[in-house]
Amino acid sequence: MDEKKIKLEAKNVNFYYDDFHALKGINMQIEQNSVVAFIGPSGCGKSTFLRLFNRMNDLIDGTHLTGECLLDGRDIYDKRVHVDELRKNVGMVFQKPNPFPKTIFENVAYGLRVNGVKDEKYIKQRVEESLQSAALWEEVKDKLKKSAFELSGGQQQRLCIARAMAISPSVLLMDEPASALDPISTAKIEELIHELKKDYTIVIVTHNMQQAARVSDKTGFFLLGELIEYDQTKKIFLNPEKESTQNYITGRFG
Amino acid sequence: MNKKNIIQWFTFGIFRALSYLVVLILFFILGFIIYNGIGVISWEFLTGFPEDGMTKGGILPAIVGTLCLMAGSMIFAFPVGVMSGIYINEYAGNNWAVKFIRIMTNNLSGIPSIVFGLFGMSLFVNTLGFGDSILAGSLTLGLLVLPLVIRTTEEAMKAIPDSFRTGSLALGATRLQTIWRVILPMAFPNIITGLILSVGRVSGETAPILFTVAAYFLPKLPASIFDQVMALPYHLYVISTSGTDIEASRSMAYGTALVLISIVLLINILANSLRKYFGNKVKTN
Repeated sequence: MDEKKIKLEAKNVNFYYDDFHALKGINMQIEQNSVVAFIGPSGCGKSTFLRLFNRMNDLIDGTHLTGECLLDGRDIYDKRVHVDELRKNVGMVFQKPNPFPKTIFENVAYGLRVNGVKDEKYIKQRVEESLQSAALWEEVKDKLKKSAFELSGGQQQRLCIARAMAISPSVLLMDEPASALDPISTAKIEELIHELKKDYTIVIVTHNMQQAARVSDKTGFFLLGELIEYDQTKKIFLNPEKESTQNYITGRFG
Repeated sequence: MNKKNIIQWFTFGIFRALSYLVVLILFFILGFIIYNGIGVISWEFLTGFPEDGMTKGGILPAIVGTLCLMAGSMIFAFPVGVMSGIYINEYAGNNWAVKFIRIMTNNLSGIPSIVFGLFGMSLFVNTLGFGDSILAGSLTLGLLVLPLVIRTTEEAMKAIPDSFRTGSLALGATRLQTIWRVILPMAFPNIITGLILSVGRVSGETAPILFTVAAYFLPKLPASIFDQVMALPYHLYVISTSGTDIEASRSMAYGTALVLISIVLLINILANSLRKYFGNKVKTN
């Protein structure tokens, strides 16, 4: 296997909510165009760690970070980094589908518009491309002017993925993107993740072990704010180094 | 029926009776005013000027005056209140300054309206030299309803789930863009409702306009914002307590009260239909 470019990197990251030490000395490298899954019991810090990479934790009062988070080798917490520029480059899909109360078209166009794109022809083209990559185009092409709320939960989540992709980020962060969806919609999202890997680096937080095993190249297991083990997904699920990893994936706790 | 069901039946019976009592009181007041006032309502009453020491004629100057004050106070209170509400809820975070603003806003709403009147007189009428005028009266009334507008805006924005904010911010939108393009349109129906309710409040206030704008008798329409006007609530007060012939103007008083109540009622109906209209728009857009 040839050496891949490192897209995201965490160097000795510690993170605090007030006095609570939520992430403890985490080091991790995520390669470009790979899918990495974070697993671990609730409250282990995996979602917190995910949100560091598009600085969503900045929105929470009383948080504190030490260490470095790098995107393409550059510290994203550097004072010179504009957080809206960063988020344009690092898209995010949330646990619950959260389309805006706008039309399907305007939902996907939103990211372009807030980032100053005025060219309607280009917007139209990007909306179609994004909906196509999110495998939603065929289902919505005749009702782009309808409210996004008329879509099913699974369709809404794919709309949110399309919305995130419209501004051409290079990284997609997914925070339990399928946990609120039925099995068929979940399968569609997983299929989509396979497709998207060609163009994006994807980090996905999941509570679903099978999902992690199915979609990811590498898996990180978190426990009580520590990264216990991070390796090839096959290795983690078939032959983990640590006992706690073994216990978690076999369902003995968590 | 066993014992606990009887207790429940009895308790809810009391609750129900008390709820209907409220409706009953409202209907009684309305009926009383309508019964006594409907007789004087006529085209002349609505479009004429007071005559014969306000015992005859119409109340047009008071209607126009009240409408001017409603509009004027909103022009002031709407932008200031909505912007403060947005700032407090969306931008300021949760520090001591915000807590301070919030406590002060609540205190402001607890101040008796007569104090607003005196303050308005001292600041707008005298210090700033606006004189007794629509401008001074509107500003005073605007101050009075400011807490209401701020709080409604805050509540309306608080009701929007955070997932819409994070969703927008995660797409590289700034906070201002998020507020402007996502949160405000969703909160708008409720903000509008609060606003219109404050207009209703303004239309009925007497004390704040007493020293700042209201004229005892002024049988002409205002020409500029520096003119004095008559106003419905004050006119009502005048002809019921200190008119030239109180007995003779009794029916005029009921007529005035009926017009005032009708205006407030119309405004509330308008508020409801606007909220429904915008509510539907938000859903389908």
